[in-house]
Amino acid sequence: MQQEVVLALLAKQPSHGYELRARIERALGPLSEAFNAGQMYVTLGRLEQSGLVTSTREAAAERPERRVFELTAAGRERVEEWLTDVTWPRPDLTNFHLKLTVAAAGRLSDPLALIGSQRHELVRRLRDAQRAAMAEPDGSDVSLLLEGVVLRIEADLTWLDACERAWGVGR
Amino acid sequence: MNAAVRVTRLAKHYGRGEALIRAVDDVDLEVAPGESLVVVGPSGCGKSTLLQLMGGLDLPTSGEVWVAGLRIDRTSERARARLRRDHVGFVFQDFHLMEELTAVENVELPALLAGTPSGQARRAATTLLEAVGLADRMRHRPGQLSGGQKQRVAIARALVNRPTVLLADEPTGNLDSAATTEVLRLFDHLRSDGQTLVVVSHDQRTAATADRMASMRDGALAHDVALPSDTTTAAEILSGSRE
Repeated sequence: MQQEVVLALLAKQPSHGYELRARIERALGPLSEAFNAGQMYVTLGRLEQSGLVTSTREAAAERPERRVFELTAAGRERVEEWLTDVTWPRPDLTNFHLKLTVAAAGRLSDPLALIGSQRHELVRRLRDAQRAAMAEPDGSDVSLLLEGVVLRIEADLTWLDACERAWGVGR
Repeated sequence: MNAAVRVTRLAKHYGRGEALIRAVDDVDLEVAPGESLVVVGPSGCGKSTLLQLMGGLDLPTSGEVWVAGLRIDRTSERARARLRRDHVGFVFQDFHLMEELTAVENVELPALLAGTPSGQARRAATTLLEAVGLADRMRHRPGQLSGGQKQRVAIARALVNRPTVLLADEPTGNLDSAATTEVLRLFDHLRSDGQTLVVVSHDQRTAATADRMASMRDGALAHDVALPSDTTTAAEILSGSRE
């Protein structure tokens, strides 16, 4: 689970671990499993070791005592950095491009055949993602996330078309 | 069982001599009742011409076209118009809705033209608009609807005479990403209801979600494959556990 998300949840007010977990589950619905919300206590333990949160024991008469987690100044600073961070995962196209180039140069494989197999795999992923999107209600958080997945695969397929044209005329 | 649509040795040529264009070149294709087929290919490959020939909007140079067990490539324009009305629903990229009519009036129009009594036509149109998720848009005119909603109205209209086959030409071509999902979801429901469907598209998402995909190149069929129908959950996709 991403540590920054847990820190950001604590920015509003101190909370118990199970409260944080419930808030993530509400926000992500069926996806909370993929986000590993069950790892909440492990994540909190790591954050405490790094000095980004502190915890105090809260005793109560009729139930076991619980730990309340709170952001430290360093933790608050990390949340601010994270919110203003604009890095974005970059798709690695160089690797595939090199595969084509090397395969063609060494006569190891036909670049057009490699492009074809890659397209087959991406179409399979596109089908999975689009079908999953169709199973979600319009306007839900999950459908918005899946739309992002679908659009990215489409972009990759469009790039494969460009690769096919380029290698089809011989390089 | 009779095919819903069958074309044999179908050809459509334009021009002659050196300027001869083989828009459709010796195509054999059969679509079973309840089957859904997507025909893909680059623009100019002949897929739209094939769809028009299948629906009797155009006549082939040679070959045969059968719809609902009737041969339509040698009949008069009048007979083909009747066949289109009774057996074929068309959906187009740019909707072709009548701007001055409301959604429900657009949908009931083909039923009225086929001689359905007006009360019955209105009930059929209402039921269909409810089925495509537009119960609250019945009295809206096309100008008041989003692209995805307009296309759903157009699909409801295409279904109002209970066609043997629904033919759609680039139905998501003018739609944004979310509206594309709306229309693909509707096609999926039609598939489960057993509606025979032929969709021509260069949209990768439309192709990827089909049961069967045929690809065309230079007027001829290149591949014709069945696609698997297994499903993956949103969580698996977003966590990358099934990549």
